[in-house]
Amino acid sequence: MGEFLEMGGYAAFVWPAYGLSFGLLALLAWLSLKGLKDTQKMFDRLSADAEIDERKSDK
Amino acid sequence: MADLHRFANPTRFLKLAGLIQPWALAVFLISATVGLYMAFFTAPADYQQGESARIMYVHVPASWMSMFCYTVMAVASAVSLIWKHPLADVSARATAPIGAAFTFLALATGSLWGKPMWGTWWVWDARLTSVLVLLFLHIGYMALQGAFDDRVRAAKASAILALVGFVNVPIIKFSVDWWNTLHQPASVVKMSGSSIHPSMLWPLLIMAIAFKAYYVWVLLVRMRQELVANKVRILRLKQVHGG
Repeated sequence: MGEFLEMGGYAAFVWPAYGLSFGLLALLAWLSLKGLKDTQKMFDRLSADAEIDERKSDK
Repeated sequence: MADLHRFANPTRFLKLAGLIQPWALAVFLISATVGLYMAFFTAPADYQQGESARIMYVHVPASWMSMFCYTVMAVASAVSLIWKHPLADVSARATAPIGAAFTFLALATGSLWGKPMWGTWWVWDARLTSVLVLLFLHIGYMALQGAFDDRVRAAKASAILALVGFVNVPIIKFSVDWWNTLHQPASVVKMSGSSIHPSMLWPLLIMAIAFKAYYVWVLLVRMRQELVANKVRILRLKQVHGG
């Protein structure tokens, strides 16, 4: 196991390369999902407000 | 409500996206697992570069994706300019940050590979510099998209930037043949056939599939977000103008 982690002396280059790659991809995926959720929430709120306004103006 | 549908409710697209998304995510998870396993356990160390060559299995697919994403952006921009298809601009917008991420990874992992092999993190040679320009093009595209309040003008200006910048893609591809460079020339995609051993080629291709599936999945998430954001904009406009 130790030998595997050492990567033939290149551990300081191999592991950061993989960590950075999958870390950044995970971050981008999370931000994209969060963006979708937040925007959807805002839309739901705005359309609920719009309905209330419409009802008010109907009265 | 009529304008809302006309602008931003491509129901068919959303239905299709809902069908594709879980499959894209599954393909990504499976191929990334298999690809990583092969990259570390079945692929041999390089006879010259030793274990450092394993960086290749993220560096090369990320680099392919950086050019692929930019090409998608350029084609979508052309479609957006010529046919004014609303989804074309949305897909180009959604692609830009993914392309920027892959371009950054191509540069960063290349740098991490270059230090032990070339003895330097960075050289201003044609391949590295043209990929850095690609990163700036992605970022410039995103900045331009965000610089206009008017979405139509933003789409037009950034589409023109994407098309003009496309000249950089063949420059990147052929930079290793046209100029002297530390970077090695192509070994997977070339006229005389691939010169890389199958034990290294397979993990490379499987990681490339993983990154492509990741792109599809995140692209669809971001496109859905853009479409909801369009609806939010229209609702806000209606409220401002008194419904």
